[in-house]
Amino acid sequence: MLEPLQDTFMQRAVAEMTLLGLAAGALGCWVVLYEFSYAAESLAHAVFPGLVLAALAGVPLLLGAAPAILLAALAIALASRAPGVGRETAVAVVVTTLFGLGVLLALSPQSPPGLQSLLFGDILGPTDTDLAAAAALVVVVAVALRLLHGQLLATGFDRDSAAALGLAAGRVEAALLVLLATATVVAVQGLGNLLVVAAFVGPAATARNLSDRVGPMIAIAAATAVLAGIAGLYLSYYAGTAGGASVALAILTAYLLSLPARGLRARRAPDRARVATTIL
Amino acid sequence: MPDRALIEADGLALGYGGPAVVEGVGFTLRAGERLALLGPNGGGKTTVLRAVLGELRPLAGELRVGTRCGVVPQTERSRLDYPVSALDVATMGSLSRLPWWRRPGRRERREGLEALGRVGLEALAGETFGELSGGQRQRVLVARALVQDAGVLLMDEPFAGLDRTAAERLEALIAALASEGRGVVIATHDLGQAARWDSVLCINRRQVAVGPPAVLSREVLEATYGGEIVALPGGERAIVSPHHHDHE
Repeated sequence: MLEPLQDTFMQRAVAEMTLLGLAAGALGCWVVLYEFSYAAESLAHAVFPGLVLAALAGVPLLLGAAPAILLAALAIALASRAPGVGRETAVAVVVTTLFGLGVLLALSPQSPPGLQSLLFGDILGPTDTDLAAAAALVVVVAVALRLLHGQLLATGFDRDSAAALGLAAGRVEAALLVLLATATVVAVQGLGNLLVVAAFVGPAATARNLSDRVGPMIAIAAATAVLAGIAGLYLSYYAGTAGGASVALAILTAYLLSLPARGLRARRAPDRARVATTIL
Repeated sequence: MPDRALIEADGLALGYGGPAVVEGVGFTLRAGERLALLGPNGGGKTTVLRAVLGELRPLAGELRVGTRCGVVPQTERSRLDYPVSALDVATMGSLSRLPWWRRPGRRERREGLEALGRVGLEALAGETFGELSGGQRQRVLVARALVQDAGVLLMDEPFAGLDRTAAERLEALIAALASEGRGVVIATHDLGQAARWDSVLCINRRQVAVGPPAVLSREVLEATYGGEIVALPGGERAIVSPHHHDHE
């Protein structure tokens, strides 16, 4: 069980996965509760050309991903204003365009081989910069979610009444999207462009099946992301499978295992409601 | 001070950037008063409520709101699958008083629990909001407004979908809130209830009438609802919505 951890590269991979799992699991709960899963996937895909350009230029991937996500946000804002184009359509057009551009760059004959690995990430080989960025991400996400907890909870519950409670719903949602974009930029290098969304959405969906309250849901999601992530790394170590894909598979397995719990809770709920009606 | 004016509106015209969707609205809501807001769907009731909340700036006229307003929306519009307890929802009322970086703490949760006690739901504080009955959910949202310390409660068709017992319980709660000096504005389709409250405001893209329930003449109701009125046995009048009309 501990044998893989004797390898330095596995120690680093487990450290990276633990940090990314904590951040993505916790933040993912709000992504799921705000129904921002499509936005999460879109943001990840939109940074792809930035990653490729950074890899071609030989600079840290973070330097390519950050401007790419800003460009995508700007393009989506502009495209949504075009008459007759809804926001979802604007997102789809911009994101597929950017992703296609990235694929074109990554797979062109002039590009050095190996760039397509950006699609699937390199969770087994994090650099010192990756580890430092992931640690910083955990701190930023933890502080931001703690400060914004009350506002996120109230706005997500009843957006229309947020103003009456003195809350600016638009700002709360924008803050969540900025956090999501930041987390995506950091996590996409390790987990890959196609699979990073699994770390945000999968553990949170699993936790939703297991919990009826946001606090425990966040704790369960973070724990699920870390444990499933490490399980995925072990799978990759022993079965020789790709790291990011193994992690995604482990997260999916956790979700499937949690499904019966949701069914059980749904069956229990009408009983509780009946008791409640009888009490009063 | 039972006569203190909580809301004063005069010659209000309201809209969403374009032309006014409702105009000529003028009324006063005093402390301890229950005001029924009557009108057809699309007639401007929600627009008036949004203006009182400060979400819409009047295109014309004056609107003075001298107290904090709490809103009790239709619960069908809130997220019933959201993982929050009744106590979580009641406690959300404290956010309007807290700085943005503070989350509700022990003191705020105690206020939430007290407010749930006021609306008769202390025993269900730990239940998931979406698993409560429609009437219980309405009362939890009233508790949220109480935690907010709202001087005026704006209720958007709170009786929709409630059975008779739940409706009676909610009406008693509204009477209790008014008796302690709060103003309550209730958008409703139920003329029988409106007749029992202190005043009515009839709106159909413009103000048709305002005053005590006695102003609800047949002419006023026809102008408010476009003629879709039926007389019930016993002389009571009721509004038939187009949806129900189709089945007859």
